[in-house]
Amino acid sequence: MSTWTAATDPLRVDLTLNGNEVSLEAGVRWTLADAVRAHGLTGTHLGCEHGVCGACTVLLDGQPVRACLVLAPQASGRRVDTVEALGTPDELHPVQEALLEARGLQCGFCTPGFAVLAAWLREQRPDAGPAEVREVLSSNLCRCTGYGPIVKAVSGR
Amino acid sequence: MRAPPFAYARADSLDDALMLLAEAGDEAKLLAGGQSLLPLLAFRVVRPTHLVDIDALGTLAGIQQVSDGLRIGALTRHDTLARADLTGGERLLAVAASHVGHVPIRMRGTIGGSVAHADPSAELPAALLALDAHVLVRSATGERTIRAAEMFVGPFTTALAPDEVLVAVIVPTVARSCRHGFGEFAVRSGDFALASVAVVVSVDGGNADRARIVLGGVDATPIRATGAEAVLTGSELTDEVIDEAAATAAAECDPAEDATTTAAYRRRLVARLVRDALAQARDKGSG
Repeated sequence: MSTWTAATDPLRVDLTLNGNEVSLEAGVRWTLADAVRAHGLTGTHLGCEHGVCGACTVLLDGQPVRACLVLAPQASGRRVDTVEALGTPDELHPVQEALLEARGLQCGFCTPGFAVLAAWLREQRPDAGPAEVREVLSSNLCRCTGYGPIVKAVSGR
Repeated sequence: MRAPPFAYARADSLDDALMLLAEAGDEAKLLAGGQSLLPLLAFRVVRPTHLVDIDALGTLAGIQQVSDGLRIGALTRHDTLARADLTGGERLLAVAASHVGHVPIRMRGTIGGSVAHADPSAELPAALLALDAHVLVRSATGERTIRAAEMFVGPFTTALAPDEVLVAVIVPTVARSCRHGFGEFAVRSGDFALASVAVVVSVDGGNADRARIVLGGVDATPIRATGAEAVLTGSELTDEVIDEAAATAAAECDPAEDATTTAAYRRRLVARLVRDALAQARDKGSG
């Protein structure tokens, strides 16, 4: 039988993070978002911490998920990609470039989540039409832009 | 907010999960995709002493045709179900799954989790009731089936015992030859529905032979609109018959008021949603 980890015991989570094999230290109650941020990857933002805003969106085995709705130990043995894997300040991902170009951000708090989600959408569903783009982006909240510029950046119209 | 304290164990098989659950006692919870449980923990609405993580049990995921119908493993993700190649009335499940939350929620959320969580406005419990489906549950002492009609006892309350694990959902074979319709209304895309409707109709010689109309979000559990079903039985699905069924459904349900939505408004939503779902079933609900 598998063994219990007590609430106060530390826990190690071995996973592939942005292409690197890492062993994160976490608490039992930590979410995946807590664990990657404690590891120094603070691009993953925590907004609502209950699965509504999407600011913490990361890829888990290549699929977009809310990192606040994955318990850190649930990522054990899996592949996680955060916004830090998208591009660098000198070499932005095309989606980040498009967000910049279309003024798809103001305060920038929600931007990492949108960027991860939009990059996944562009790669996995390149034929998505305007309706599907809007449906996918409706997952995340932005309180600055009114969404129009974000939709434009991702759909190109 | 961070979750209240709990002990955690990751099960490496169904038997392992059952043993962990039996050992942990009545205040333990199963953790699958976590899309309902983790928000409840963040709000500290629930305070389980133990979490048994079954998320990685691949044997509990997947969709297959079995002798008595369509078997959907409890850990089948909404996104998988939404894209599954289903036919006839079985497609109701795919349509309902495609309405759950948003894309990242559907990547993680599971059918077993949705059914065990039993949110009165959730899509899949309503679809299960419309399809006359049943669930397969296991405990350390054995296995039993629970019909959808007996499964949902109240808001967020099911007939599952604390030591039981929902293993699969079974949709009877007859669903394949039926027609279906689904609709819901939410203020924003991805929100919990103010009202939802799932219908399954078997059509014989142009007339509705057997109909199940299920309303979600208007009572403590998904409920059947039996008066509206009776209107359809033996009748051709004309616009007039559909309108009468819709009006009957709206009259026979008894929705609650809340801060933003009156009962009268919910009734109007029900009438419109029943009408549209039945028209869908008649016009294109066989594929």
